[in-house]
Amino acid sequence: MATLLFADHDNASLSEHSARALGAALQIGAEVDILIAGQGAAPAAEAAAALVGVRRVLLAEGDALAERLAEPVAALIVQLSGDYDTILAPATSSGKNVLPRVAALLDVMQVSEVTEVVSPDTFKRPIYAGNAIEVVQSAEAVRVLTVRSASFTPAAAGSAVAPIIAIKPPVAPVLSSFRQNLLSANDRPDLSSARIVVSGGRALGSKERFEATINPLADKLGAAVGASRAAVDAGYAANDFQVGQTGKVVAPDLYIACGISGAIQHLAGMKDSRVIVAINTDGEAPIFQVADYGIVGDIFDIVPQMERAL
Amino acid sequence: MKILVPVKRVVDHNVKIRVKTDGTGVDLANAKMSMNPFDEIAVEQAVRMKEDGEASEVVVVSVGPAQAQEVLRTALAMGADRAILVVAEGRVEPLAVAKILQRVAQAEEAGMIIVGKQAIDDDCNQTGQMLSALLGWSQATFASKIEMSGGSALVTREIDGGLQQIELTLPAVVTADLRLNEPRYASLPNIMKAKKKPLVQQTPNELSVSVAPRLNVLRVEEPAARASGIKVGSVAELLDKLKTEAAVI
Repeated sequence: MATLLFADHDNASLSEHSARALGAALQIGAEVDILIAGQGAAPAAEAAAALVGVRRVLLAEGDALAERLAEPVAALIVQLSGDYDTILAPATSSGKNVLPRVAALLDVMQVSEVTEVVSPDTFKRPIYAGNAIEVVQSAEAVRVLTVRSASFTPAAAGSAVAPIIAIKPPVAPVLSSFRQNLLSANDRPDLSSARIVVSGGRALGSKERFEATINPLADKLGAAVGASRAAVDAGYAANDFQVGQTGKVVAPDLYIACGISGAIQHLAGMKDSRVIVAINTDGEAPIFQVADYGIVGDIFDIVPQMERAL
Repeated sequence: MKILVPVKRVVDHNVKIRVKTDGTGVDLANAKMSMNPFDEIAVEQAVRMKEDGEASEVVVVSVGPAQAQEVLRTALAMGADRAILVVAEGRVEPLAVAKILQRVAQAEEAGMIIVGKQAIDDDCNQTGQMLSALLGWSQATFASKIEMSGGSALVTREIDGGLQQIELTLPAVVTADLRLNEPRYASLPNIMKAKKKPLVQQTPNELSVSVAPRLNVLRVEEPAARASGIKVGSVAELLDKLKTEAAVI
């Protein structure tokens, strides 16, 4: 049997999460097909076909699939499910939206946010905001998984190209319809796959000071900008900047936490970063317990100093 | 329109949990338990919709041990009208919870279900989507705004990179994200009143749902601890360490 990977993409391009999920899928051992559901999604399908380890790419197109709404995409995956014993997706907002719906329609329990493939039927996943790791075995006929992309190495693009096969989506009743996307204009790297993340906390004090302090350092480093829940709640940063248990989970090479105290919910979103730097006036702040390098001091003094010295 | 709000009793979000040394699970003995914070947001949303005349009744339902009555009473004190407790001990997986909620939603003829996007104990993020699938209803996950208009609901969802607006045909399942609202604190008079509101108990058996877990939890481990780091005295020293020791910049 084989593995079906429901890819994350925006029709025009394939997201890094899909390549990382492929890294997880290949560890399971079976051959992997990638499903591109969308409209005008040939560019994403071509990018998927170039990834090393892909058997073939299934391209399903239609107006109902253009924005990958849960109901038609779940119906499509269920239609394809007979040929697969594992169905997985990166745990992005799209994967998390669609896969539990697939699991319920197949009457199987999903394993969410897999961080390690122990064997083809056994997986590790964090629970309690990452304060415990559950080792869970699935004997379901079809294993449905979402995988935490930060935990897996992306599959590379190679010279061979897998075949792209057009498939016809099933006719499903229209239950919801797309109105619009309001995406934040942002020319920085994607937060959840960036190599460096500079994050700000409540200590920034205002939206203006957040931007004036964090952005220049992020720009100098070519980094993505993140924020603690407290900073987002206070309106200093947009919702999709939030790093933590209920926001984005990131594991960059370098995470710089500026004025973040380090609540367990925030640590859950960044403690797997390779190197963590903490800058905080409170030397006892919990963030220092996970930091490789800490500086006790005023962020408004230290962060601009770093920016100038780079 | 009747709104059904499923709520889960979980360990309070301020409690620092410990993994049992024998690897069988997490030690919750004597830990403070509360309503799952996302479910609290769902209750608040339903109560506001009733106050705005968009809902006729708010019914809260929990699947869990007898003590889950406490979180149902909290929801009643926040303004829900009545409560249903489906008594089930031990680990009940999202799929079984969704099947129970499907039966309850059908019996209640609910027009909308609002539920927290994930529980902060198992962090599964599945129940709402599964419930929507089993009912064959429309779904909107990670909602930060719900606007009703006639037979449909315009929902703003939090997605990677920003927001998405979708229109749902009712009945629908909506899962609540952090910024849908700020839940109220129940006032003392409302806590007293909540004690007199109806709370009925059922069992999974009566609803013909098996709650036997499908997944086999082999063990629960401590997360890998990070080696303790160092404090540096200056920006120059920090940048030097990042360049030479860590080689990340």
